[in-house]
Amino acid sequence: MGYNFKETMSKPERLAPGHRMCAGCGGTIAVRNVLRGLRKGDKAVIGNATGCLEVSTFTYPYTAWEDSYIHNAFENAGATLSGVEGAYKALKRKGKLDETYKFITFGGDGGTYDIGFQSLSGAMERNTDMVYVCYDNGAYMNTGIQRSSATPMYADTTTTPVGSESNGKPQNRKDLAAIIAAHDIPYVAQTTFIQNFKDLHVKSEKAIYTPGAAFLNIMAPCPRGWRYHTPDIMEICKLGVETCYWPLFEVVEGKWILNYEPKKKLPIEDFLKPQGRFKHLFKKGNEYLIEEFQKEVDRRWEELKFRCSRG
Amino acid sequence: MATDITKLGVKATWRDLTEGMVIAGAGTSKDFNTGEWSTDKPVFIEEKCKQCLLCTPVCPDSCIPVKDGKRGEFDYEHCKGCGICVKACPFNAITMEGVE
Amino acid sequence: MGKRDRLSGNEAIAIALRQINPDVFPAFPITPSTEIPQYFASFVANGQVDTEFIPVESEHSSMSAAIGASAAGARSLTATSSCGLAYMWEELYIAASNRLPLALALVNRALSGPININCDHSDSMGARDAGWIQIYAENNQEAYDNMVQAFRISEHKDVRLPIMICQDGFITSHAVENMELLEDEQVKEFVGEYEPENYLLNPDCPMAVGPYSITDYYMEAKRNQAEGMKHVEEVVLKVAREFAEISGREYGLFEAYCMEDAEYAVVMLGSAAGTTKDAIDALRAQGEKAGLLKLRLYRPFPAEAIAEALSGVKAVAVMDRAEGYTNHGGPLGADVMSALYRARSKALAVNYIYGLGGRDVRVEDMEGVFAVLKQIARDGDAGETYRYLGIRE
Repeated sequence: MGYNFKETMSKPERLAPGHRMCAGCGGTIAVRNVLRGLRKGDKAVIGNATGCLEVSTFTYPYTAWEDSYIHNAFENAGATLSGVEGAYKALKRKGKLDETYKFITFGGDGGTYDIGFQSLSGAMERNTDMVYVCYDNGAYMNTGIQRSSATPMYADTTTTPVGSESNGKPQNRKDLAAIIAAHDIPYVAQTTFIQNFKDLHVKSEKAIYTPGAAFLNIMAPCPRGWRYHTPDIMEICKLGVETCYWPLFEVVEGKWILNYEPKKKLPIEDFLKPQGRFKHLFKKGNEYLIEEFQKEVDRRWEELKFRCSRG
Repeated sequence: MATDITKLGVKATWRDLTEGMVIAGAGTSKDFNTGEWSTDKPVFIEEKCKQCLLCTPVCPDSCIPVKDGKRGEFDYEHCKGCGICVKACPFNAITMEGVE
Repeated sequence: MGKRDRLSGNEAIAIALRQINPDVFPAFPITPSTEIPQYFASFVANGQVDTEFIPVESEHSSMSAAIGASAAGARSLTATSSCGLAYMWEELYIAASNRLPLALALVNRALSGPININCDHSDSMGARDAGWIQIYAENNQEAYDNMVQAFRISEHKDVRLPIMICQDGFITSHAVENMELLEDEQVKEFVGEYEPENYLLNPDCPMAVGPYSITDYYMEAKRNQAEGMKHVEEVVLKVAREFAEISGREYGLFEAYCMEDAEYAVVMLGSAAGTTKDAIDALRAQGEKAGLLKLRLYRPFPAEAIAEALSGVKAVAVMDRAEGYTNHGGPLGADVMSALYRARSKALAVNYIYGLGGRDVRVEDMEGVFAVLKQIARDGDAGETYRYLGIRE
């Protein structure tokens, strides 16, 4: 699956403008570029967990989706698409449908890591022929920046506010991609907006066209929740990768593959500094918090490299 | 048959609404103007553009149309003025201007 | 035409489903409904149906998947009981507001806590305002017959609402009775094909379902949904007439048993109606004018027809197999009494809570209720209207 950038950019748009996501939202950047992984002529049914994306892209009577779309509730995007995919199989079996359809569902980290975790796990374990895409912005942004299990340690959120007795979220983030990989499904990948979207495009296409269950975890920054300068989103993503906070990898049929190793791993400060949610880490006397953050990033990075070295 | 959403304005009666609140068809959000949200707008300087298309995928609002491998003018009906494309352009072919 | 068999209520429902041959059946086990997906899974395993059977990881997901499948253009259903239904609660509303004509085979069981696996109606009563059609059965035959009629009602173009086919846990779901089944071909022809207007897998026109609705639309959306309910009574009767033609078995909105000249009447749902009929037979033999109104259709609530059927009675006992915690009775009591009030009825009415968590209801218990009604009529005073039947004081 090669990547012809111009050709990819010339594909028809599958997410129409006029949706009500915030200016500079990373979520819709993720969606647009995932949908470019669909081949010409193939139809799709898009699922969506409740969240920013849902309330903004299908506000009656305005749908931003150029494909069939179903939003059911917050915690059941996996199960809902299982039903749609089941219907597809049944209608095909009965000779009522000729066309090829693909099934892609989007959820934020709230709908994926947390409240929708059971439904996602079930859909993956059943090897449903679908792609579950998590656009991970590391907090419940739709309800106003509350912590999720995807929120990184020390982030200032509205339910882990920084205060005299608090340095923000006390716990580490859950490694969901690894948990989904443990479901032994055909394809799992982690990516973000980098390298002219080559990594994201190639992984989306693979995920969509791999028979069986596939899971994509996409870091999709939220300018409001992360409190960075909105136009800097691409730089933030690059720093996430270059500091090894957000490594690019895939797990293909159980085989772990590291897709990118920075020539010079950047210190985690570079990723944290531009984000207002980590502002308190840069106060005098809080250097040890950054050290702890760095230690965790290093530990996870080494663990990932070890997994990938075993193949 | 696709739903005619022009009949579904906020003054529509209960009888006018679609059964189950479904919308048959697609992409009806194009009828909703989000361009008026912006306080800044990007300006496309065509002479400087090398048609690298790096601005295209970074737009959260699908506001940089591509036709025959070339980008066109911004879709100001929907552009929210986030400024991501300005940073993505390696040739300074996009600048931001305040909206009156 | 039909063939006689001895079957449990669960098996009868499963056979009806095999005959219907639905497109998608997601399921999660819960006592006492578990046997329905079990029997069905064996039909799938043996190639007797074309159905996509999805063994999901919870009831929330079984209803979620049924919704996805139905929106996609498939005839879909699931089965559950008790806490399984409670776990689906959010999804029940979504199925109804999306106007998806899916079915749910409900085997009524008490809600926790304390945990109890036996029959009462607290599960389906909790779902009574969710926008679903609810139909109840007295026995295995009725459960089967209702299931065969379900999709004809729910998919009717004037209705398009989900339907719950209820039967009493263990009492009918597990007890084996003699009954008559229709031939497979008869059911297939009666039920017909599902042909939705808009659906996700329509290659000619995509569809978006499940919007965010601002205040400007929400109330109109709910009123629009209510319109579907308004057509249900008529459609239930029409489908019942057609069903009678192939089965010889007559159904209505309710069954009026010995009601022509009844002075004392009981109104109830479900299997205890059989016990009540025995009590009535005994009382009638003694010259007492006792009668029964056994509701079949509970949602929507056929208030006018019920008030009309009760117009000649002096005293009525409404039997609720679920608490309402209102301090004045259960949900059926509230519905029936409001129907009587609107009809300016002069009947004296009491409301009994009975049979919770599988508490047995005996013929003597129901004879006792009629004795109370007779006394109430004599006194011209209903006294305490909120009563418990068969409770240790």
